[in-house]
Amino acid sequence: MTLIGWFQIALYCAIIVALTPLLGGYMTRVFNGERTFLSPVLRPVEVVLYGVGGVDEKREQSWVGYTIAMLLFHVGGFLIIYFLMRYQAALPLNPAEMSAVAEDLSFNTAVSFITNTNWQNYGGESTLSYLVQMVGLTHQNFLSAATGIVLAVALIRGFARASVNTVGNFWVDVTRCTLYVLLPICIVYTLFLVWQGMPQTLGAYVEAATLEGGKQTIAVGPVASQIAIKMLGTNGGGFFNANAAHPFENPTALSNYVQMLSIFVLGAALTNVFGRMVGDQRQGWAILAIMGVLFIAGVVICYWAEARGNDAFTALGLTGGNMEGKEVRFGIVASALFAVITTAASCGAVNAMHDSFTALGGMIPLINIQLGEVIIGGVGAGMYGMLLFVIIAIFVAGLMVGRTPEYVGKKIEAKEVKMAMLAILILPLMILGWTAVAVVYPPAVASMANPGPHGFTEVLYAYTSQTGNNGSAFGGLTGNIFFYNVTGAVAMLVGRFWMIIPAMAIAGSLAAKKTVPPSGGTFPTTGGLFVGLVVGVILIVGGLTFFPALALGPIVEHLAMIAGTTF
Amino acid sequence: MKSNVMRKRMPVATLLDPKIAIPAIGQAFIKLNPMTLVSNPVIFVLEIVSLLTTVLLVRDLMSGSPDLGFSFQIVIWLWFTVLFANFAEAVAEGRGKAQADTLRQTRSETRAKRIVMPDNYEVYEGVVAEDLEQGDLVVIEAGDIVPGDGEVIQGVASVNEAAITGESAPVIREAGGDRSAVTGGTTVISDRIVVRITSSQGSSFLDRMIALVEGAERQKTPNEIALNILLAGLTIIFVFATVTIPSYAAYAGGSISVIVLVALFVTLIPTTIGALLSAIGIAGMDRLVRFNVLAMSGRAVEAAGDVDTLLIDKTGTVTFGDRRATEIIPVPGVSEKEAVEAAVLASNADETPEGRSIIVLAHDKYGVARKVAAKDATFIEFSATTRLSGVDIGGRKLRKGAVDAVVKFAGEQAGRNVPEPPAFRAAVDRIARSGGTPLGIVENDRLLGVIHLKDVVKPDIKARFAAMRRMGIKTVMITGDNPVTAAAIASEAGVDDFIAEATPEDKLRYIRAEQSKGHLVAMCGDGTNDAPALAQADVGVCMQSGTQAAREAGNMIDLDSNPTKLIEVVEIGKQLLMTRGSLTTFSIANDVAKYFAIIPAMFVVIYPQLQTLNIMQLQSAQSAILSAIIFNALIIIALIPLALKGVAYRPVGAAALLRRNLVIYGLGGIIIPFVGIKLIDLAVNALHLV
Repeated sequence: MTLIGWFQIALYCAIIVALTPLLGGYMTRVFNGERTFLSPVLRPVEVVLYGVGGVDEKREQSWVGYTIAMLLFHVGGFLIIYFLMRYQAALPLNPAEMSAVAEDLSFNTAVSFITNTNWQNYGGESTLSYLVQMVGLTHQNFLSAATGIVLAVALIRGFARASVNTVGNFWVDVTRCTLYVLLPICIVYTLFLVWQGMPQTLGAYVEAATLEGGKQTIAVGPVASQIAIKMLGTNGGGFFNANAAHPFENPTALSNYVQMLSIFVLGAALTNVFGRMVGDQRQGWAILAIMGVLFIAGVVICYWAEARGNDAFTALGLTGGNMEGKEVRFGIVASALFAVITTAASCGAVNAMHDSFTALGGMIPLINIQLGEVIIGGVGAGMYGMLLFVIIAIFVAGLMVGRTPEYVGKKIEAKEVKMAMLAILILPLMILGWTAVAVVYPPAVASMANPGPHGFTEVLYAYTSQTGNNGSAFGGLTGNIFFYNVTGAVAMLVGRFWMIIPAMAIAGSLAAKKTVPPSGGTFPTTGGLFVGLVVGVILIVGGLTFFPALALGPIVEHLAMIAGTTF
Repeated sequence: MKSNVMRKRMPVATLLDPKIAIPAIGQAFIKLNPMTLVSNPVIFVLEIVSLLTTVLLVRDLMSGSPDLGFSFQIVIWLWFTVLFANFAEAVAEGRGKAQADTLRQTRSETRAKRIVMPDNYEVYEGVVAEDLEQGDLVVIEAGDIVPGDGEVIQGVASVNEAAITGESAPVIREAGGDRSAVTGGTTVISDRIVVRITSSQGSSFLDRMIALVEGAERQKTPNEIALNILLAGLTIIFVFATVTIPSYAAYAGGSISVIVLVALFVTLIPTTIGALLSAIGIAGMDRLVRFNVLAMSGRAVEAAGDVDTLLIDKTGTVTFGDRRATEIIPVPGVSEKEAVEAAVLASNADETPEGRSIIVLAHDKYGVARKVAAKDATFIEFSATTRLSGVDIGGRKLRKGAVDAVVKFAGEQAGRNVPEPPAFRAAVDRIARSGGTPLGIVENDRLLGVIHLKDVVKPDIKARFAAMRRMGIKTVMITGDNPVTAAAIASEAGVDDFIAEATPEDKLRYIRAEQSKGHLVAMCGDGTNDAPALAQADVGVCMQSGTQAAREAGNMIDLDSNPTKLIEVVEIGKQLLMTRGSLTTFSIANDVAKYFAIIPAMFVVIYPQLQTLNIMQLQSAQSAILSAIIFNALIIIALIPLALKGVAYRPVGAAALLRRNLVIYGLGGIIIPFVGIKLIDLAVNALHLV
């Protein structure tokens, strides 16, 4: 561990904190339908879009209407990707002449992109045409991100409003989110990435003569535009198989740092949107603090574990950190930090192989996802996931001040608790359930690259990542078999929508409630006590759920490594 | 006149009280019936897995498995856990049952004198009270027990309501007005009244009281339902966490016995709070009953905890209810002694509370004792025309009374207009401005001074209101006084707001306005005209002395008719919610230690490295698992007293309260089981149980 390493981490946190209120203020204006500095340019476009789509922007929807609109939207997105992949051979923009993608893989991939997971059981450069990458995947990168954000906004409106039946208009929110938030940032961001050396072309792959006189095909394509939204929208699906470890997907240390920032920036800003909409920015800062505490703890442990290296090597006199599976360009701190960010935020882009991390170092990404993707989380998804945990924490501890628990003026009652529990239940059901099936199903076991606890961790990670809609792969596991394609898709669908629907039900229920004015007897939700409480609840619920599985995976592996056994 | 004598409180139920504990043990077995247990999801699941393991144990007995002794002990302790949970509930119910039995006896033995012809109140027939129907007229004479709830339609009687309230001082019940309601089970001790029965069979106040104290009508409260959902959710999470383990173990090349898996599952699910949840609720109602307040529903008790606006009557709650003399101000030229002595003489025969308070003041503050009346003294009683009272001793005519009346009296004595000394007028004005009532003192044509009568605020009430404010509760004083007087008293008592010259409509309007702002309002009242406001309030406490209409409208009845108790009712409501929250937190926090006990024990055969996680250094896998199970069962018993007594409530701010409870029940909940399991492990090994 080095001073410069710690400095990079501290600077990262400082920039995110500084950007949060700026972007938060802007996004609040966008979702409140107010004028912004981009309105002169974008407002006409927006109006035309509503006209074409037949949307009355003044008409708001109930939570049910909002949710149905969202679901229909996803069915459409799914069909587009699925058929583009199935028929890509016959469609244009396919210079590398890719053949049709198999049914199960197409299914998995389509689900993966509409759910903002971007789990990839394929290598992009060897499987997909430019058309699929751009029209299928990049467009869903925008829309799945926008969906996450607007759902969070709808839930926030539930907290902010009082005695109403509506939570907003899905079509208006998605349009404004894409037009005013995602697109402008991505355009600037893409140009930055191109400047850093990232390809942005529709031209064919490049043939190069190597020094040995051999021939090498170098894959290129419209990379920069996809990477911008991949990071900003916490999608994480790489253009290339190696994802952000690929030099064309992450050319420089600077591009690496900016990519890390772009993963967190919208998710963090949403905490501020929450604070502003409920009328007390400190409420938003408290949520960000909860996320920050968990994030920093993860970074410290992961950085420590990776910098400490492997005891087996130390025994052989090889000192220094664990560099296996890491890009020399980035080194230990940028790899560990990236790993924690990408798993905390449900992005899933990777710039190093998590499989090659030390047992404890690799456990942190795993735990980050298992905690429910609430540490910043997927854009929007992290915010509504966190609010579900807050509801549980407030409910248990809120009773301890002798009142019906309430949060930002809303009473937390049976309905909210029921919905929050329903949402949280899917984590053990999907993660532990599918892992239990996979580790005793011979074809699934045969896909593991390593035996013993490490192989177990690979499978556990796969389902964790897909259920949490993260999309990062631990590596090692060969995911493109029928079993993993289908069960993984189920985990992704359930992980996304079984979380969303209860969250929206809560939004509807809260919006209809009266707002209770705060008093001296009100549970204070802006201080350190609240932050500590929610952190504790998240860790205890997550820890209690996953401790047996973790004990049999990374924990036993770590203990074995200390004892000199590896897997 | 409100009674300050409170009923003697019944003692807190203790586990050691054999009258409650022994029947509760029997009840614990009766409650094993799955049909009744199903309402408590956690304990119901616990019973199912206990049954399952029992079946497995029997199977192993047949086939002769090696670990029979261990399995047998686990199964025994699982059943103990279920029984302890049932026992907790039975103990909580036990107290109420004893009380209900006494009440029931009263009801069954009562006979009534039913009037045969509605127009002739003299002819009646003897019937059993239980046969009375709504609308029947009955005659109740001195010595009779009131056969059912009703309204006095003729006559006046003094009634002993001790059977209901525990207060032995008789109260007056009379036809018409706010004191017309009589309650079944009380005794008429003088005179004769005719009563129309207003409650039908089975729904009288006595019946409801029996049902309430017994807990028979207990319905789950909103927070309890929400908490049950949370606990059921956690239970499902732990189902997933445990049923997947055999598969993981199989992958790693090992196997886990069902009994061990069940042990893990049972220790993880929130059995502690599941076991104590209903006991906490029953004990909360019981605390109110012991406090002589009957809550018509658990919902009302919970709502009391949420209340953030309290409407309180000035009279009886904020002030003592009678105006009292606080000061005697002589005019210049008159010595203090002379003025005080004149006041005492003029009040000697005045038996009104105000008159008596002058004597008390003279004695306490000015050291002037009550004078023995002179032989030639003639007492002049207060009359509405003169608005004066006093005494004539020889030629001395001493009077006290309304200021304009004494001035007029002095003028009459002098035969001309007597000018008020400026100091006299100044004192009168000052008293009026402060919300007090000035009384003038006059001897013949001499104005001697002014007595300051005021509504005396109870000495401890300001601190109480300050505590309420720290709890986040706004206090609103309701009074019929004019705004000036009301404002003076309000500021002296430290209430946050007041409604002066309050009419019943004002109260209702105020409650609605507060509620529309999201506040929860509690109030107490007794008269018929309070009924709409009582019904509108989230918590309406009706005085037992109140009218039938008011009693129907409120959701709590205060048997002592002591309006100050509204404050305690709120505290009891808060305490109920706090106890639930604290024990839930404790129960969940316990799981951390249990994991550290069982997980290494479970997997150590497969991965010996996991022995490192055995941070408690438990001696063997079996003793670790057994110790966790035993701890899990015993902690229920250990916490029953806390569940019954409730977590201590302090009127400090929410943040301080939360910090305190989080440290005790959250942090404590993590640490205590580590110690407990370790100690049990030592005992298990010392006794060679495994």
